[in-house]
Order: sequence, then structure tokens, then C-alpha cells
Amino acid sequence: MQTKQFKDVQVGDKLPKQAIPITVALITSGAIATRDFFPGHHDKDAAIELGSPHIFMNILTTNGLVQAFVEKWSGPDSIFKDIKIKLGMPNYPGDTMTFKGEITATDAQNKTVEVGLAGQNQYGTHVTGTVLIALP
Amino acid sequence: MAKYEWFAEIDAMVGHQYGRIYAWDKVNEAMVRQWCEVMGVDNPIYTDADYAAKSQHGQLVAPPAMLQAWCLAGFHDELAPGSTTDNPYGVLKLLEAQGYPAVVAVNCDLHFDRYIGIGERLYYTTVFDDISEEKTTALGTGFFVTLKMVFLSETGDGKDDEKVGEMLFRVIKFKPANPPEKAKPAGSDNAAPKMLRPKPGISDDNRFFWEGCDAKELRIQQCKHCEKLQHPPAPVCMHCHSFELDYKLASGKGELYSFVVMHHPHVPPFDNPNPIGLIELEEGVRIAAGLIGVEEDVSPKIGEAVEVEFHTYEGELTLPQFRLVSTKESS
Repeated sequence: MQTKQFKDVQVGDKLPKQAIPITVALITSGAIATRDFFPGHHDKDAAIELGSPHIFMNILTTNGLVQAFVEKWSGPDSIFKDIKIKLGMPNYPGDTMTFKGEITATDAQNKTVEVGLAGQNQYGTHVTGTVLIALP
Repeated sequence: MAKYEWFAEIDAMVGHQYGRIYAWDKVNEAMVRQWCEVMGVDNPIYTDADYAAKSQHGQLVAPPAMLQAWCLAGFHDELAPGSTTDNPYGVLKLLEAQGYPAVVAVNCDLHFDRYIGIGERLYYTTVFDDISEEKTTALGTGFFVTLKMVFLSETGDGKDDEKVGEMLFRVIKFKPANPPEKAKPAGSDNAAPKMLRPKPGISDDNRFFWEGCDAKELRIQQCKHCEKLQHPPAPVCMHCHSFELDYKLASGKGELYSFVVMHHPHVPPFDNPNPIGLIELEEGVRIAAGLIGVEEDVSPKIGEAVEVEFHTYEGELTLPQFRLVSTKESS
């Protein structure tokens, strides 16, 4: 696995798009792997009772998927400083969320790079955000 | 802002600091591996001890985005021993009592001071940072509530515990604008309802056009009297006012007269960005339609050659769309 080098990246560089199938397995496993046992994340009947058509992804899983998306590109020696996300439309099973991202700022002094990203599903934007990472 | 008497009580709580909430377990390999598997994280610094030992971390560490997970209450909704009984989300309960039942998370900002090693035990404290004035959004009317959490690692040897990260969490607690009806359950294929393209309004005047699409023909209205063309279809000829109308098959070839690429807002289920063209057909009339073959960073050009393609959505809606001829070979 290669780590991106700070000298090799610049503002406007794009991350490879990533399409993530949203499944019952991903939503429930993500919730449990983040110790989030809220029924809306694993119990369809409970989710319907709450006004949702199906179980919906929890925020901690969204954060995890954001990290995965950026880290696949930035590599094993990149260091995450910030993950700042804004939440939009829910992720329900049967959908696909596609991540897009690009470098929006660089800081040569600290060798940090800001990645602006958005994850979109069929209902619109599930998540937008910025991730600050340090590169060697 | 003295809109509600009860608000003063909540507003006075801004700045209140809540006590520690401990993690049930030390940061551990098993939970990290499971998290990495689910999220699709394959960086070996989290799961391969030999690799991690040689990395800048010198040991296995926890994925940063996992920060919040360590201190959650768990299946029984009970906090780990030693945790405060002063609920940091108490302010939301107070708003609920005033008739703001719904909650939606808006922002989650994580900051990492350093990576956390296997074996560390975390806890966090919370500050009720801010409550907005009452706001009306598309969701409904309510308040934005901001909490700030600081995560620390216990040293256990009398030294000051070390701060390892922070989280800002903002929710809107609101009265729904459209009280949630019982949602329509997802279909038997175990998926949430699919967003569909809106269907056209079909009338006696334009039926020929849409039936043409079904037959993969681009039909343009033609006056029987003056033989001129017009689009979109109308009940009367715009040139000679005759009611005697027929249609002519267009070749489907034309050029881009104008276009717009819609980036915001994302209107599902349309592609985002969504390129829309005004096409001047070689027969001389213009038609607005979706463009195909537009690459995200390459702007279409006015005057560019385009050609019709028919695409069927959900097996029942066939639309004429126009492909940039320059992209025809490559795709």
C-alpha cells in the first residue's frame, strides 16, 4: 500500500469515486460495530414506527465510511486530523451511495491536505464534509 | 428572544459541563477488526501487529473515526461504571417536554489530537455549547442544539489524563412541519422505495410525441396547412393558426443551441450534476432534453453536434435524450 506524498498532491486533485451498496447487512453491522443499538438501525418495524420506510444508517457508520473512502486514497501513513460531516438524506437498504472527493486546500507548513467530499444516494446528498489529513 | 418563558431556563444552561462518561472496554483489537471489516478499512496499522510495529505509530492503533464508539452505552443502554448520571442530552428532553419531539443530527465534527493505542481506556466529558433561536427549516420549527465532547485517555498513574480528541455534535430538535405519517413499509424486495422520474402530463395535443418516444421516433408537430414545424406540441399552429396538425419524423440530429449543467440542488433521481440541453434540430425547431455523454469536468460547447437516443426508465417511461456526438465512440 502506497501513501500519498504531500509533494505529489495539489488543490483540485480528485479522489477515485467509490460506490457503496447500502444493504441491511451494512447498516446493522455498522451500527453494532459502533456500539449503537438504537432500534432504527436494526429493526425494520421500529424504523417504520419512527416514520422511515426502512432501517437507516447511523452517523458513526457514515463517519467510518468517510474514513475508509479517504484512507483508500491517502494510504496507510496518512494521519487523520479532522473528519467534519454534515448530514442530509438517510441511507436506506437497496440504495447505493457514491462518494466523490477532491483536494480543497493544502498547507505546506503542516503538510496537511483538506479533502472536500460528498456521498450521494438516490434521494440526494447523504453526507458532505471535509477531512483534514497529514501526509508524509 | 423572550418568546417563551421556559426558554430562559434552557438558555441559562448553555456552558453547563457534564461529567465523565467512561468506555466499557479498553481500546481493543477485536472491536477494531470488526469495525474495519464492516467499514471496508484495510489499512494494516489497525489490524496487523507486525506492520503496525514498524509504522510511525509503533503499535496497533484504533481507527480515528471509531472515537465515539468506545464510550457508547451499549445494548442495555447503561453507561459504564463511574460514569456521570447527569445526562448530556438532557437539554433535548427538556425541549421534548415543550413540544419539540423530533430530532435529526445535522453536524458531527471529529478532531483527533493523536491516534489511540490498543489498551488505552477512554472517557469523555460534554459541554452544552449552544442553543439557537427558534428556526424554521424544511423539516419543521425548532432549535439547533450544539454539544461539544472532549475525549481523554486515562493514565492511571496520577498524571493528568491526556486529551486525545474532540467532537462537536449538532442536532435540530423540532416540531415536524409534516407530522410523520406511518411510513409506507419497504417492498418485499427488502429495499426502501425507489425514487422515480416524474412522468409527463399527456394530453390529446402531445400524445403523438410520447407515443413516438415509445416507438423510438422523434415526432415533431407539423401544420398540415402551412407545413411549418413547432415544438413543444400545441393545439394550434403558431404560424398560421390552423387546427389541422400532424407530425413529422425528425432525424434526431442537431446541434447544441444552449445548455445548463445543474449542480445544486441535487434533485433525485436525476444524475448529479445534471446536464440539460436546448437542441436545435436540423429540421429547425428546438427541443429541451437531458444530455448524455457529458463528462463532469468537460463543459459541452455551443454548436456541438448531438444526436437523439431513447432511454427507458422503470420499463415504462421512454425519454428522448441527446448524446454529444464527440463522445459517441468512446462510450
